[in-house]
Amino acid sequence: MFPELNNLLNTTPDRAEQGKLTLLCDAKTDGSFLVHHFLSFYLRANCKVCFVALIQSFSHYNIVGQKLGVSLTTARERGQLVLLEGLKSSVDVFFRAQEEPHPLQFLREANAETLQPLYEFVQEALKPVDSEEAVWRYPVLLVDDLSVLLSLGVGAVAVLDFVHYCRATVCWKLKGSMVALVHDTGDAEDEENDILLNGLSHQSHLILRAEGLVTGFCRDVHGQLTILWRRPLQPTAQREQSLTYQYKIQDKNVSFFARGMSPAVL
Amino acid sequence: MAAVETCGTGAGGTGFMAAATSKNNVTGFQRKGPRAGGTDSSGSRLVSIAGTRPSVRNGQLLVSTGLPALDQLLGGGLAVGTVLLIEEDKYNIYSPLLFKYFLAEGIISRHTLLVASAKEDPADILQELPAPFLDDNCKKEFDEDTCNHKTPEPNIEMKIAWRYQLLPKMEAGPVSSSRFGHYYDVSKRIPQELLEASKWHGFFLPEKLSLSLKVEHCSLTHGYLKLLNFIQSIIYEEGFDGSNPQKKQKNILRIGIQNLGSPLWGDDICCTENCNNSHSLTKFLYVLRGLLRTSLSACVITVPSHLIQNKAVIARVTNLSDTVVGLESFIGSEKETNPLYKDYHGLIHIRQIPRLNNLTCDVSDVKDLGFKLKRKQFTIEH
Repeated sequence: MFPELNNLLNTTPDRAEQGKLTLLCDAKTDGSFLVHHFLSFYLRANCKVCFVALIQSFSHYNIVGQKLGVSLTTARERGQLVLLEGLKSSVDVFFRAQEEPHPLQFLREANAETLQPLYEFVQEALKPVDSEEAVWRYPVLLVDDLSVLLSLGVGAVAVLDFVHYCRATVCWKLKGSMVALVHDTGDAEDEENDILLNGLSHQSHLILRAEGLVTGFCRDVHGQLTILWRRPLQPTAQREQSLTYQYKIQDKNVSFFARGMSPAVL
Repeated sequence: MAAVETCGTGAGGTGFMAAATSKNNVTGFQRKGPRAGGTDSSGSRLVSIAGTRPSVRNGQLLVSTGLPALDQLLGGGLAVGTVLLIEEDKYNIYSPLLFKYFLAEGIISRHTLLVASAKEDPADILQELPAPFLDDNCKKEFDEDTCNHKTPEPNIEMKIAWRYQLLPKMEAGPVSSSRFGHYYDVSKRIPQELLEASKWHGFFLPEKLSLSLKVEHCSLTHGYLKLLNFIQSIIYEEGFDGSNPQKKQKNILRIGIQNLGSPLWGDDICCTENCNNSHSLTKFLYVLRGLLRTSLSACVITVPSHLIQNKAVIARVTNLSDTVVGLESFIGSEKETNPLYKDYHGLIHIRQIPRLNNLTCDVSDVKDLGFKLKRKQFTIEH
C-alpha cells in the first residue's frame, strides 16, 4: 500500500470503511499499481480477501506485494487470501474437461450467458466459516480486471449482473467491500466496455481514475489520478468531491503530488 | 518466515508453476538472488539455459528477439512466458523479417521452434532465415570459449545513434550458444546444417484442417483451436511445462505465429466491422498467454492490425498481449517523400511494454524510432 495514497483517500488499514464498491479505472495507461495498493491495503487491514486475478499470474502479484510489505503466499496459507489465477486455470478449463462447473466455465462456451459459476466461487470463498473464530475483520472481493471478461465472450450485461450479485453478497450481506478494475478504452468505440464502465461508475462509492498525461509521455510524471467520492455514507457530508493529483511510479512506492508540482519541475 | 524463504529461493517469477503439481520448482523466471547469474552458476537450482539471461531490473529470464537493437528497446529482451505482438506494416514486407530474426535466433541458441502459419509452409519459412554473421577465423571452431575472441566484425555498421553509443562491439565469435543476441546477414540464407541440427515443429493450417472436421465446443475459430491444441501438446510432450521431470536439459520453446487474425485462419475480424466471431482471437490470446505463463516458452505473433476494422478489437488485443510493437512502413504513404524520413524505410512504435514482477517498466526515453533495411541488416535508429 502506498502511504501517500492512503493520506489522499483519508483512510488507514485500521479505519477502512466497509460496504463500499471502489471502481478503479485506467485510460491510456496502466492502472495496475492501484490493484497492488488495494491488495496490500486490505491484507494489512486483516481482512479476508478473495482475489480474482485474471490478467497476471500469482507470482507477479506476490513479488510486487513483497515490495509493498505483504506476503501473498503467507496470506494464502493462513486462509486470509483466496486467489483465482485466471491464466493458469484457463489452461485447465480449456484443455481438460471438468466434472463440476469451474469458475471459468464460460471459456468453453460459445456465448457465455452468465457468470454464475464465478459468483458461486466468490460466495464460497468469502462465506464466514463457523469453525474458525472471527479472525478476519470483513471480507473483500478484488477483481483484476473486468474488461478482460468482455474479451472472453461474456456480455456486458452478464458482467454487470455478476457485479450486482457480488455487491449484494459481499457489500450488503457480509458487510465487506469490493474493488474492481475496468479499462477505459476512450476513443476505441468499444460499446460493451462503455456500458460496463458507465454502469459501474453509477454504482460505486469511490472512483479512482488513472490517466496518461494529455501531453504524452513524460519520464517524471507518469500520469494523473482523479479521485471521485460518490454516495457518501453520511447524508450530511458533501454530495460529490473530486480531487486530481499527478503521480510517479517508483520501484516500491508511488509518489503523488499536486498538478504541476512535480519535483522535476520545481 | 518460512514462507518468505521459499519465495526467495528460485520460486519467484511470473507464475511459473506447472499445471500439474510438481515438487520441483520448474521456474522460468528466477529472482535475481546472490547466486543467480547469466552464466552457469553451480549454486542456483535452475541450470541456466542457453541463449537466455536474467533481466537486470527484475530477474526475469529473457530471450533475445534476434535484433539486439530491439532487445534494448524492450528492456533487455523478450521475457520468457510473454507474448510479443508485432503489428504488421501495410504491405507485410518488414514484419516477416522480424519474425525470421526471432526464429533464426532460436536456431543459433539451440532452442526448439514452433512455427505456425496459414500462408506458407513452415519448412519454407525456415529455409529463408537469415544467416548469422560469423568471423571467418572461427567458423570451424565450436568451442564455448568466446571471451578470448575480441576481434570485431568490420562490416557491422550497427548504428544506434542515441546516447547508448557505448554498445560494445559484439564479438562475432563462433556459433556458440552462450551469447545473447546475434547479428544476422539478411542477404544470405542460413546454412543448411544448422537447420538440420535444429529441432522444430511446424503448423501449416491447410494441412491440419484437412485431417478432421469435427466441430468443437466454444467459439474459437477452428484454426485457432487446432493451433492451441497443437501448442499445448508440444509443450506437454516435450516437457516445457515441467511435466516430464526426467528431462535433463531445460530448453526454451520459441513459438512464432504469422499473420494471426488474417482471413486465412478462418477469422473474419479483418473482413467486417461487426463480425460473428469477435471473441475468437481474444480468447485465443488469453489461453495462449495462460499456456506461456506456465511453461518455458516465448511467443512472437504478427497481426495484420491495419486490416482490423473494429478499433475495439485492436484495443482488446493490445491489452491481452504483453509487449506490442507496431511497424509503419513509408511505402505508398506521404511520408515517403518527407525529407525528414529520407534515410528510413519506416517507423517502429513501441506501443506497450509489460510490467512484470514490478510496479515500473522499462520504458525507453526515446520515442521516435525509425528502421531501415540495408542490404545486409535491419537497423533501428533514433
